Amino acid sequence: MRTAVSRLELLQPRSVREALRMLRDEGPLVPLAGCTDVYVGLNFGTLSAKRFIDLWPLDEMRAIRSTGGVLSIGALATYTELIRSPLVARRLPILAAAAREIGGVQIQNRGTLGGNVANGSPAGDSLPVLAVAEAMLVLSSAAETRRVPFNSFFSGYRKSVLRLDEIIAAIEVPRVDGRQWFRKVGTRAAQAISKVVLAGIRSDRPRIALGSVAPTVIRLPKTEGALASGAPIEEARRVLEGEIRPIDDLRSTAEYRRRVSANLLERFWRDTAG
Amino acid sequence: MQAPPMKRLLDVLREECGLTGTKEGCGEGECGACTVLLDGMPVNSCLIPFAQAQGSVVTTIEGLEGRHPLQDAFVVEGGAQCGICTPGMILAAAAIPRGATLDEIRLGLAGNICRCTGYTSIYRAIEKARSRRHR
Ligand SMILES: Cc1cc2nc3c(=O)[nH]c(=O)nc-3n(C[C@H](O)[C@H](O)[C@H](O)COP(=O)(O)OP(=O)(O)OC[C@H]3O[C@@H](n4cnc5c(N)ncnc54)[C@H](O)[C@@H]3O)c2cc1C
Ligand code: FES
Ligand code: FES
Repeated sequence: MRTAVSRLELLQPRSVREALRMLRDEGPLVPLAGCTDVYVGLNFGTLSAKRFIDLWPLDEMRAIRSTGGVLSIGALATYTELIRSPLVARRLPILAAAAREIGGVQIQNRGTLGGNVANGSPAGDSLPVLAVAEAMLVLSSAAETRRVPFNSFFSGYRKSVLRLDEIIAAIEVPRVDGRQWFRKVGTRAAQAISKVVLAGIRSDRPRIALGSVAPTVIRLPKTEGALASGAPIEEARRVLEGEIRPIDDLRSTAEYRRRVSANLLERFWRDTAG
Repeated sequence: MQAPPMKRLLDVLREECGLTGTKEGCGEGECGACTVLLDGMPVNSCLIPFAQAQGSVVTTIEGLEGRHPLQDAFVVEGGAQCGICTPGMILAAAAIPRGATLDEIRLGLAGNICRCTGYTSIYRAIEKARSRRHR
């Protein structure tokens, strides 16, 4: 490991309240959840932070439950827990589908939904699902708990409205009507940092979100509008190709991403017809 | 056990505990060579701070004491060549439920990379170890 571990400090709160107090009084601190992103950074010496706070043992933040029609997922719920949850299977099966495509079992046993959101990579596989589900993020600090719509959480590449003294406590998913669809296209299904991910919901108000094609996950209001107004799929494809501006990086060219995105749109529409 | 809380479980096992059966491959969660069981679940010990393993049961390859049916089957079927991936492979395999299909075995090992065997002998070893345990 490239980082000198003896110089790293770890605070170990025993409750969420204590954690929030520490974040207020002893910050700045970097939260640890399942560490599958944090330790990649530490191992390569690319993460310069020296002071951390361990959220992993806080079981209060792990529960998956349904209250008053809202599916509430604790930020610490792991991919394995999402895959096994009967509630997720019933209410938001595309979240379990996304979880199954993340890493191998070792990563699924540790990686958390809150970590995927907080990490904010545009390639985060769960993010398009939360975007079409119009999830709410429950953000807690010692001072207050506020709810921020997932779709206004990110403000740019790896930037969000999360404050330094705040944590993501839970992800709330309202009732989702319509047919759900999820697909990830990557070089190696289980391990690749995704190239293009599309999540869709087919209803009177179709919803579509794409991952890995922009600095953050995006919804496609124009394409959604075209589909809602009954435009043929060929036209919707053209709208989509004009609507997205893919990032051109080493993994694949922008043109490739645009084409794959349009193909995924067409498959979504075909698979959810009738 | 005394160790810095942010030290990787992998390094604590190898340095503090002298258990060098757990290997480091990539150090970034991709290869699975460092796989151990934490309370029975496969995890990458290169991505776990010591603090998060305290109070849990950690099973390393040494913990199988050379007597696990998988270990024997890996030897017999040629599931191990250079051996770097083998401890992690066996621990990941040990966590796959009985009666798993070949596809499920593949999925259970999706986080473990082997550069030598081409996997066929590994899958064969696992199927063999399982059928023997059923007898
Ligand atoms: C081999 C490998 C394969 C991977 N494959 C995929 C993949 O296919 N798809 C994918 O999307 N990701 C993948 N990842 C990335 C990673 O596993 C996920 O992003 C995971 O969800 C991160 O969760 P974590 O709990 O491990 O986060 P951590 O590493 O603990 O934290 C990540 C970041 O979020 C912050 N954080 C965590 N929890 C909270 C919280 N509750 N409140 C506030 N901040 C918080 C941390 O401070 C840190 O900045 C992979 C990683 C590895 C190593
Ligand atoms: S060394 Fe831990 S996964 Fe490769
Ligand atoms: S036996 Fe050499 S990497 Fe698997």
